[in-house]
Amino acid sequence: MRPAALRLAGVSKRYGRVLAVDDVSLAIAEGEFFTLLGPSGSGKTSLLRLIAGFERPDAGQIELGGKDVTAVPPYARATNTVFQDYALFPHMTVAANVEYGLKVRHLPRDERRRRVAEGLTMVRLAGLGYRRPNQLSGGQRQRVALARAIVNQPEVLLLDEPLGALDLKLRVEMQAELKRIQRELGITFIYVTHDQDEALTMSDRVAVLNGGRIEQLGSPVDLYEHPANEFVAGFIGVSNLIERDGRRLVVRPERIRLLRLEETPEPGSHLEDGVVQDVTYAGMVTRYAVQLDRGGRLLVVQQNTESAARASDFRGRRVRLAWRPEQAFNISAAQSEGPEQQANA
Amino acid sequence: MTVGALDRMRTAGRVGRIQALLWRRPWMRAALLLGPGLTWFVVIYLASLVLLLITAFWQINPFTTAIERVWNIDNFRTLVTDGTYRLIILRTIGLATAVTITDAVLAFPFAYYMARVASRRVQTALFAAVLLPLWASYLARVYAWILILNHDGVLNWSLLLVHLPPASLGYTNWAMWIVFSYIWLPFMIIPTYAALERIPPSYLEAAADLGARQGRSTWDIVLPLALPGIVAGSIFTFSLTLGDYVTPLLVGGAGSSFIGNVVYGNVGIAHNIPFAAALAVVPVAVMALYLLGARRLGAFEAM
Repeated sequence: MRPAALRLAGVSKRYGRVLAVDDVSLAIAEGEFFTLLGPSGSGKTSLLRLIAGFERPDAGQIELGGKDVTAVPPYARATNTVFQDYALFPHMTVAANVEYGLKVRHLPRDERRRRVAEGLTMVRLAGLGYRRPNQLSGGQRQRVALARAIVNQPEVLLLDEPLGALDLKLRVEMQAELKRIQRELGITFIYVTHDQDEALTMSDRVAVLNGGRIEQLGSPVDLYEHPANEFVAGFIGVSNLIERDGRRLVVRPERIRLLRLEETPEPGSHLEDGVVQDVTYAGMVTRYAVQLDRGGRLLVVQQNTESAARASDFRGRRVRLAWRPEQAFNISAAQSEGPEQQANA
Repeated sequence: MTVGALDRMRTAGRVGRIQALLWRRPWMRAALLLGPGLTWFVVIYLASLVLLLITAFWQINPFTTAIERVWNIDNFRTLVTDGTYRLIILRTIGLATAVTITDAVLAFPFAYYMARVASRRVQTALFAAVLLPLWASYLARVYAWILILNHDGVLNWSLLLVHLPPASLGYTNWAMWIVFSYIWLPFMIIPTYAALERIPPSYLEAAADLGARQGRSTWDIVLPLALPGIVAGSIFTFSLTLGDYVTPLLVGGAGSSFIGNVVYGNVGIAHNIPFAAALAVVPVAVMALYLLGARRLGAFEAM
């Protein structure tokens, strides 16, 4: 195992009567792309602010690169942050924004120039250094915020929903860009998001947060294939939950086969009959909501490999759902005994 | 009947027709809204300013003190060549500058505390403290300062109590500086506060995140972003001092005359209205230059 870039031990933070971060412990390896995933109010941003040093924890310890930084102010920590609103200084040019951290740390002028140029090139903004932040598009500002952070070569880069304000196309583009930059620099990324797709596609490991606690920590495959509880199963992917013989089962919608009653299923399949209530055509796939005869409702997703013409004549039809038994997993009820009130993330 | 139909009925009739007309012709709406204020401004203010400028190029008959409409620039020549008037103009501008700088220095930490440190309740209390003096009459506050700065006033009485030599501040330029700085301070605090409050906290977090301590980020981030507010406040403190003649009269000494005092003397006593007009053009010109400079510093976006 690589050495830990960041270690949290029993960290808690309370805002008034709200417990925003509740006894969180975790270790993040050097060079890892680690994501804090959760709904708003789950404490993910609070956790990031504790790591950056903007807040002091009420309890617990924060270690960066093996050193205890719990009482170290943000300006002395080897972390840099990409803010949700970018927080670019409006009275400075793009280049001056990117240079700011280097200037404050009194790096020689040539070194500063070189690193600013490198940073802007890395985020594909070379040549725009003379502009003001208000002369840039949202995506460009986001890149400036990223460049401003990475030119300082932090041990850990903290990203607070950095793509939240961008439209979908740009977001997907920037996801790939962030992955590329992380690979090239080898910096540890701690990434806060409420977007499960983003978390799954980008991360080495993900911590799913709810009510200030970690519900599950694991690789994207772990979380999707083996959610620890109902909350994780519902938050990552679609909550496809039915109760059979006192057990709670989750089946991912793309693992279910949708058959006409007369079709023969694969031998050994688990079978459920039901009525198609709703059909939603979504381009690449079609989603079917099926009300089961034995109770419960499942969502089924089918690739539109053939023409989608036949999809809509499924509405109201009786169908048979089939899945291999190993595709369904048992789940415990959600441990939702978290705080009654939740802080804003 | 649908809601839309009801609405259409309501806007029918005479009122509705006028509304529709205003909607179709935006310039009419502008004329209605701006007309009264603009008329007042053009007739009373601009017209008298033009008259002032014209009068400055006339002269009076030295024996009868009647105004003679003879075009000349003697009044302006006197202003530039006569050392007394030059001194008075420089004193007025110099003191206005000193008061502005003093107020800016005093207001910034105060406004900073109000905007970024104080809790909501303390903020309200401080606001009241800043604005409350404005409820009292200007004259009452100047007289209060006379009681403080007089030879046997509160200041010297206090100095005596701690065995320090008395200060003779009453009726000097120092007294004017102190009184002006006090009286115009709220006009500097409020716009500075407004500018400081608009700075998002994340800017300061970003600066700290990039390695800047409090002092550094205040200098690099807060001060430049608050500057338009400070400049906006300085327009008030500078122009109000520049045009004042009551405080110099009441707390100033023999050598404390302002432009305003000389104008007053020429209007009321010497009956030399053309010369008074020429002198009155000076602060107008100074203010025009000042506003041009302020615009370049972005003060008008902060107001």
